[in-house]
Amino acid sequence: MTHRFDSVDAVRDGLREVNYLADDSIAGVAFLADRLAKPVLVEGPAGTGKTQLAKSVAEMSGARLIRLQCYEGLDEAKALYEWNYKKQLLRIQVERGEQDVSWAEVKDDIFSDEFLLPRPLLEAITAPDPVVLLIDEIDRVELETEALLLEILSDYQVSIPELGTIEAKQIPMVFLTSNNTRELSEALKRRCLFLHIDYPSMEREKEIVLTKVPDINDKLADQVARIVRSIRQLELKKAPSVSETLDWARTLVILGIENITEKDALDTVHILLKYRSDIEKAIKEFSSNSAAHFEAKPA
Amino acid sequence: MSTTESEPIFLLLEGFVQELRTAGLPVSLSENIDAAEAVRHIPLEDRNAFKYSLAATMVKNQAHWKTFETLFEVYFSLRGDEYNLNDDNDGDRDGDDSDDSDEDQDGDQDGDGEGQGRGGGRGLTQEELAELLFQALLRGDDTLMRAIARQAVKRYAGMEPGRPVGGTYYLYRTLRNLDLDSVLERLMDQTRQDVAPEQLTPFEERLERDEFEARIDKLRKEIEAEIRRRLVADRGAEAMAKTLRKPLPEDVDFMHASREEMVMLRKAIYPLTRKLAARLARKRRHRRKGPLDFRSTVRHSLSYGGVPADPRFKHPRPAKPEIFVIADISGSVAAFARFTLHLVYAISSQFSRVRSFVFIDGLDEVTSYFEGIDDITEAIHRVNTEADVVWVDGHSDYGHALEVFWERYGREVGPKTTVLILGDARNNYHASQAWICKEIQHKARKLFWLNPEPKAYWNTGDSIVGDYGTYCDGTFEVRNLRQLEKFVDNLV
Repeated sequence: MTHRFDSVDAVRDGLREVNYLADDSIAGVAFLADRLAKPVLVEGPAGTGKTQLAKSVAEMSGARLIRLQCYEGLDEAKALYEWNYKKQLLRIQVERGEQDVSWAEVKDDIFSDEFLLPRPLLEAITAPDPVVLLIDEIDRVELETEALLLEILSDYQVSIPELGTIEAKQIPMVFLTSNNTRELSEALKRRCLFLHIDYPSMEREKEIVLTKVPDINDKLADQVARIVRSIRQLELKKAPSVSETLDWARTLVILGIENITEKDALDTVHILLKYRSDIEKAIKEFSSNSAAHFEAKPA
Repeated sequence: MSTTESEPIFLLLEGFVQELRTAGLPVSLSENIDAAEAVRHIPLEDRNAFKYSLAATMVKNQAHWKTFETLFEVYFSLRGDEYNLNDDNDGDRDGDDSDDSDEDQDGDQDGDGEGQGRGGGRGLTQEELAELLFQALLRGDDTLMRAIARQAVKRYAGMEPGRPVGGTYYLYRTLRNLDLDSVLERLMDQTRQDVAPEQLTPFEERLERDEFEARIDKLRKEIEAEIRRRLVADRGAEAMAKTLRKPLPEDVDFMHASREEMVMLRKAIYPLTRKLAARLARKRRHRRKGPLDFRSTVRHSLSYGGVPADPRFKHPRPAKPEIFVIADISGSVAAFARFTLHLVYAISSQFSRVRSFVFIDGLDEVTSYFEGIDDITEAIHRVNTEADVVWVDGHSDYGHALEVFWERYGREVGPKTTVLILGDARNNYHASQAWICKEIQHKARKLFWLNPEPKAYWNTGDSIVGDYGTYCDGTFEVRNLRQLEKFVDNLV
């Protein structure tokens, strides 16, 4: 079997080229996923680049990204495959004119590849070209629906009662993301490699800001990363995510701020924090005369 | 199979997996096999990648990460060559280190000082070491910091082979000598001088302080790692792992949690409540249909010529209970009360109403603290500081507290009310007034008693949980998050 990546470092460099800064754990697990041909279950707080990881891996390896967005009520007709019954009906209509066609023949005929509508999962394993399969927010489907995925995750195959088992032509890279709103089943976890993406370290966050925000200078990026780190240390309902950091950095650049003063930070803090109680807490922690700001800011 | 070619690593892995299981991590057989497979692909030399690969195959719950990491350090710490502990190699290694730092910051005196320090082991005076530490922290020089950590442990920890003392003791000794608190102050002073004549705004000062604290934290971790390495070298990985065995966050005992564990618990409770809330909401939504709606079925049967082909069901209307929480918040069980209140309020949407009362020997209602506030931590803080719960001497008096409750709020307990009493029932030999429990049970839907003590201690000494328990619909041992979660789950 050929492998996509040569080494852990190759993964890291490859991802860097597509502007995704991977740390040791991300690069290591991505490399391993390729070698062991196993899916990766990516977990972590919202907005830390879980989905982006799959996209970036696809971009870096020149593969097509197939995405399955999970939601409550997702079923196999939407995830795996569906019979194109309109086309089947049409076929039966056509057959009707001819006398010598037996029922068995028609049946075999209408349950063939031609009438199968592949949905993301089936599409991913039947694709002739390299693909990356992203199963997004897996924690949103019900526990029972998870079982749909087990066959494809462990054996890379799909069993269709009328057609038999379809095996993968090539093994795709699979990423599942979860925001951890519920415990995933043991069966699913066992089949996957587990990767937890947490908020990045200050140094990494600074680099991310530098790569993703054009026109930002080193000093401002440094300040941004520092302030965000300090804010994350507070006990908040929702700590600022990386995407919020980036939004904030962009805002600062647009406002033409070169050096963040206390006032700038307080005026723009609502980009980082989305809960009133969090904003109040941050203001209280960081401002010199908190009372004044409390009065001044109608939240 | 490939096992033969690299036997030692597989043996090591086997021991490691054993230890993970002993520590409570559920490592299944197939995960173990994955790990063995992973080891073949990732070189041991790339320690970080190696660590994360093992974790990816075996640790599928972020809360277990810390346990994994500690054990990993114990089992694999001696394997990388940069962690060689032999004194001969030590010299060489440190030579390299000081070279590095020379390149980094052309600090002659640093390089020299270090070289001597290493060679003789005692060449550096205490002041010199402190100065070096200060410089390293000020500049955030990681290499130098690591070197200092090793030097500090060597010098201050006073480690002797075979001494049956835990790592925390050595850590304490080392840190005491380094006196990091005053180093932090010095660093701040230095920063203030650097920007003079301008003044640091409080905002900048705060940021600087966070930066230095992060560096100091890093240093502390280096020191811990160094101590661990030395202990492993002395005692072997298995013995060391045994001393390090710590409960997982969900198994930490509320009553005996250390400060560090408390922080861990506080972090753990938030995702737990979120998960619990999501699960309960889902359960409610997906509950089976209600009982047969006879009227509607007959009505719909008309369109089938009187055949009830389409049975209709009533909408399920699960009763939302009203919850009264009466919690002992005296020292010994305060943490337990805090976590329970936190959990109950986090899922308060599952109840029609939640009222809470806290007591030590007096009792006070604290429901209003939680109203209109979306930060439960804040409310609980107010409970601990503002509630009027002391009547005479501030020692638990369940009897009196219950009396007050009954007198003031007793008539509000109704057939929809579920009452939870939290406490260890250590009554300091006061009168139990257990008849109140009987009355409450009589009026309320259910009365539960949650006791954070292990069952074996119940009814020993001044614990009279048995007296109350007679009148409760259930008494439960709730010592850790796992048990608490289970109880609350069943409650709804």
